[in-house]
Amino acid sequence: MSEEISNDTLLDLHRRMVRIRRFEETAGKMMEDGKIPGALHLYVGEEAVASGVMAHLSNDDQITSTHRGHGHLIAKGGEFDRMFAELFGRETGYCKGKGGSMHISNMELGMLGANGIVGGGPPIAMGAGFSNKFRKTNNVACCFFGDGASNEGSFHEAANMAALYKLPVVFVCENNGYGEYTPQANHQAIVDVADRAPGYGMPGVIVDGMDVIAVYEAAGEAIARARAGEGPTLLECKTYRYYDHVGVRGMGLNYRTDEEVEEWQKKDPIDQFEARLAEQGILSAGDAGKVHDETLAEIEAAIKFAEDSPYPDPSAITEDVYA
Amino acid sequence: MAEAEQIKPRTLPYVSAIAEGVRTVMQEQPDAFVAGEDVAGAGGVYGYYTGILQEFGPERVYDTPISEEGIVGLGVGAAATGCRPIIDLMFMDFLGECMDEVANQLAKMRYMFGGAATLPVTMLTMAGAGASLAAQHSQSLEAWICHLPGLKVCMPITPYDAKGMIIAAARDDNPVIVVLNKMSLAVQGEVPEESYTVPLGEANVVRPGSNYTIIAFGRMLTEALKAADKLKELGVDAEVIDPRTLQPFDTATVVNSVKKTHRAMIVHEAVRFGGFGGEIAAQIQEEAFDYLDAPVARVGAPFSPVPFSPALEQHYVPNADRIVEEAKKQLGL
Repeated sequence: MSEEISNDTLLDLHRRMVRIRRFEETAGKMMEDGKIPGALHLYVGEEAVASGVMAHLSNDDQITSTHRGHGHLIAKGGEFDRMFAELFGRETGYCKGKGGSMHISNMELGMLGANGIVGGGPPIAMGAGFSNKFRKTNNVACCFFGDGASNEGSFHEAANMAALYKLPVVFVCENNGYGEYTPQANHQAIVDVADRAPGYGMPGVIVDGMDVIAVYEAAGEAIARARAGEGPTLLECKTYRYYDHVGVRGMGLNYRTDEEVEEWQKKDPIDQFEARLAEQGILSAGDAGKVHDETLAEIEAAIKFAEDSPYPDPSAITEDVYA
Repeated sequence: MAEAEQIKPRTLPYVSAIAEGVRTVMQEQPDAFVAGEDVAGAGGVYGYYTGILQEFGPERVYDTPISEEGIVGLGVGAAATGCRPIIDLMFMDFLGECMDEVANQLAKMRYMFGGAATLPVTMLTMAGAGASLAAQHSQSLEAWICHLPGLKVCMPITPYDAKGMIIAAARDDNPVIVVLNKMSLAVQGEVPEESYTVPLGEANVVRPGSNYTIIAFGRMLTEALKAADKLKELGVDAEVIDPRTLQPFDTATVVNSVKKTHRAMIVHEAVRFGGFGGEIAAQIQEEAFDYLDAPVARVGAPFSPVPFSPALEQHYVPNADRIVEEAKKQLGL
């Protein structure tokens, strides 16, 4: 299948993943160094999911994200300078410093928000899908959520309604094996969240979420199906977060082993993909390194932009409450 | 003939005025749709969507599953992406089923996004005790939602206000929760046939008076007006104000009245403790403390869930007698 994917698309997928990885590594370090206030939930390890899905979407297609939302915004076209500015709480941030990491969003990119509520996204994505159908557009709403969120009633209500109304929605489950600090086996009796799909009257598909091509292909089918008016799909991507639930080392809770993390890191989505691209003669190790270097340079400039940006004036506290 | 008909004001029951408000919005706004439990095929459990499906068709009127969080989420997602949804929460008591969507998504999305999202959602919901529907179908929970920055909350109680405020709510670019009253469905009142709005945030001085102010909303307006007639016999000339909108609240009209009358009472059907009346009382003392000749009185329901038995419920819901009794205590009559 992968030979049908153009080299441009392969390079685009690589670039999206690298941008997420480098941004998150930098943001995580800055949080742990006390340079970013609040809590960051970082996407390192899960890059293939956002990248493989977002490669099919335009700015007019919507997504809803999770508390772990930076990767989704980056893959959707988010710019580093406005993202760092938001994480730093500056006026030039995507949300003028009012949302921060957990509510980072951009309506122009169709990014309907990270969400501090686990399970907050599915009803909104369903509503956006409803709107696409009502307004007779050809757009699709993709809803990212985790194995933890799949136990929220909001997911159940949204999935049922999306299937009932045959809405152009794709439910992308990022199953990273943990609901916060609780392993999946301790929070649900099933192994595959996709098993729930038939209960709603939609197809359930399982892919290796560490393989960007697998995600890209499966997402392509689900999104095409949604655009064709055939209704929603539940796409479950088996993935893993390398960092803690919050931050990098996080709270140091003893809920998983280093060995487990290392096992998953052997399947790293970027390393795997770079090896494949090199083998196929599409991107040499040197050229891959250039993508990383360019990204790091862009991050450095973005941090400078953010640091040079003003904090919002206290008068902004009560602005933007109402239209 | 047409002229003769126009001269005579038309009266409609509250329930028909609600329906006419919804119809007018659907006619005026092509991006509007109606979604809620039993609203399409059945026309709504209280009948205020009767004929809406027939007039506007299944592409604009949707029966939903019994999924209140899904219904509000449908409103949030659709509004953020260009629609103007009218969503129905059959009973206000069901706020518990969708409170995350109301409090954490609908109310806050605009702010969290730095003003980038616009959520023109109109939510109609039915409140009020008096029908022996017991503790989970009778509550007045307006205080819950008035405490959430980002929402507007209105409680029209006359047929005129019901139609006009639904149209105003739907034209507003903010989420507006229109709290209706189930015991007032048959109440008649004048309702113009044409489209009009009752602006959100403007109180109505329903009965002018000189030496006492009663602020009453929802069904308590009717009781306050009855009480005002009784108080007249005691030499108390009560001004009765219906705030109509609680968020934003028309402080100026209330304060100006109190500055004139020097004494005030707030009446609502909700539980008195922690009710919205406490906020009004606080605003009066902040803005008109030097004008007050007596502490501000509050009448509301006792601190208990709404009881089922008519024998209990009739004592639970405040009425004109209780308002008069409280006023006499307050004024030392």
